[in-house]
Amino acid sequence: MQITVCVAVTPSTETKVKVAPDGKSLDVAEVKFELNPYDEFALEEALRLREARGEGQVEVLTVGDGSQKEEIRKCLARGADSAAILKADTSAADSAAIAGALAARIGAGASQVVFFGKQAVDGDNSQVPAHVAVALDWPLVGKVSKLAFDGDSFTAQREIEGGVEIIEGRLPAVFSAEKGLNEPRYPSLKGIMAAKKKPLEEVEVQLEAARVTCLSLGLPPARPEGRIVGEGAAVAAEVVRLLKEEAKVI
Amino acid sequence: MPQGILTFAEQRDGSFKKVAFEATSAAAALKADFGGKVTSVVIGKGVQAIAAKLGAYGADEVLAFDQDLFDKYSTGGYGRALVQAVQVCDPALIIVPATTMGRDLAAWAAAKLGVACAMDCVEIKAEGGKPRVRRPVYAGKAFATLEPTTGALVAAIRPNVFAAKESAPGTEAPVKVLPIEFSAESIRAMVKRIAAPAEARLDVAEADIVVAGGRGIGSPEGWAPLEELAKVLGAAVGASRAVVDSGWRDHADQIGQTGKVVAPTLYFACGISGAIQHLAGMRTSKVIVAINKDPEAPIFKVANYGIVGDLFEVLPALTAEFKKVL
Ligand SMILES: Cc1cc2nc3c(=O)[nH]c(=O)nc-3n(C[C@H](O)[C@H](O)[C@H](O)COP(=O)(O)OP(=O)(O)OC[C@H]3O[C@@H](n4cnc5c(N)ncnc54)[C@H](O)[C@@H]3O)c2cc1C
Ligand SMILES: Nc1ncnc2c1ncn2[C@@H]1O[C@H](COP(=O)(O)O)[C@@H](O)[C@H]1O
Repeated sequence: MQITVCVAVTPSTETKVKVAPDGKSLDVAEVKFELNPYDEFALEEALRLREARGEGQVEVLTVGDGSQKEEIRKCLARGADSAAILKADTSAADSAAIAGALAARIGAGASQVVFFGKQAVDGDNSQVPAHVAVALDWPLVGKVSKLAFDGDSFTAQREIEGGVEIIEGRLPAVFSAEKGLNEPRYPSLKGIMAAKKKPLEEVEVQLEAARVTCLSLGLPPARPEGRIVGEGAAVAAEVVRLLKEEAKVI
Repeated sequence: MPQGILTFAEQRDGSFKKVAFEATSAAAALKADFGGKVTSVVIGKGVQAIAAKLGAYGADEVLAFDQDLFDKYSTGGYGRALVQAVQVCDPALIIVPATTMGRDLAAWAAAKLGVACAMDCVEIKAEGGKPRVRRPVYAGKAFATLEPTTGALVAAIRPNVFAAKESAPGTEAPVKVLPIEFSAESIRAMVKRIAAPAEARLDVAEADIVVAGGRGIGSPEGWAPLEELAKVLGAAVGASRAVVDSGWRDHADQIGQTGKVVAPTLYFACGISGAIQHLAGMRTSKVIVAINKDPEAPIFKVANYGIVGDLFEVLPALTAEFKKVL
């Protein structure tokens, strides 16, 4: 079984956002880039599926400018069999453009299942999986927090407002992972050594024109400086009074 | 030339979600800017009975897909119906709630239609007949202003941001029931059932007051004083990732970058240090109260009212004080 995992390399969640001089992009000068947190769950689920089947190949795909190599190598160290960086200038790309490149590659291969994260923590767009699903004409099962296979059939669960949906379907399919789907593994020393010899392809691709453009990027209004009212249980009455009379929220 | 606005009116079990009214109201407010009509589409089983109600919120017409097939949600089925509705009215702007269902549909329909999509919009304007939206990026640490380069835009709106306004109370919109123009076979994944949570609990994302606990609660038994305070205030109980990852609380209650984003009127952070990923989920709360025994904890930098102390002493005292005034 051929399994694909699409991953994004995104600014660390620790990042303090600064706007670049162009006024519409992130100043990346001091930003550390990491594997998108949700994609860790996607990769882990792909590895587990391969392990459960006892056969198959997991390929990791990313669309990027080439600077993603180190993070992609880590995916190989965790157990993916191969990886490809679909190289393009992504500075003005939107989700549709990224998805177009991914779908072209997946459609030309023998993959039956594609895992995504539910969103990439840069633009928080939550769109690439849907675009790929539409391009491939495969069902989209988004935000999955539990997944089980029985042959080509699957049962997935996802949280909705005030409940849990139980979804059934058949492969081929596109899944996007929510936190909690699994416990991602760390790369082992052996995995790190093995990763050096695994294929990591770089392929130049053309991205279609973006359908949406960013005009400006701004920071949210700062919160007023925090204030400590006092210490211990003794200040409870004062805080309740402030909430009532000053903040007027109760 | 696309004109007017289409909104997706999300319903479950024959009741509209509040955000369905928010979407229609937002469209009504923008109607003059986009020419044409405000059309709403409702998809489900037995939904004809409720469809006309959207008139009160400014819908000029409602398109209804009312089929057994839509008894349960499927992205393939609901998505195709939404696309069909877009083709019927050719709108310049499509407003969808950014709920679990709406997020799927917004992206899926945009892909199918070959148009732009923006998730989690908090503002929609018109600029030269074109939609222009503002939305959070980098977990709300920044806001982007976006515009489509060609064609229409699917804007998924964040719930509780746009007001639901009955601009024409009592008005019933004309309802047009549409047949589906696709085969049920094209739907290859479908919801089979919905499991309700073991106990009906107030959702942290919907609550007006949230009492959130972190590692400082010490053990799963440590929730007790938080639950008590929440009960007195009618609040939801939320959690930091540290306690969710320890298995002391469900992921559904997690607040932050990889959990829910909440913006209640009042947020209590109890035994939470205030890591940047936690702040991403709650920093737009109107008023933040922090209880932490470490005066240097970063949570105090965003707290309107900080209390340095042991939460096991402070919370019962707060609960007692609230009881006196509520
Ligand atoms: C990719 C990524 C995503 C993440 N997403 C999230 C997210 O969505 N949400 C989230 O919350 N975190 C998230 N985190 C984790 C985040 O970095 C922190 O580790 C986490 O928020 C810490 O939780 P905490 O404040 O409960 O625990 P701690 O940081 O351990 O803080 C516990 C606090 O309790 C105080 N305390 C202890 N005992 C008491 C007492 N008796 N009374 C009062 N105070 C007491 C301590 O002084 C301390 O400040 C994420 C991290 C990463 C890397
Ligand atoms: N540049 C990219 N290359 C490969 N996969 C991506 C890329 N961007 C996003 N994805 C995938 O799509 C998911 C959702 O991303 P997004 O739609 O950008 O929020 C991510 O979790 C990844 O699995």
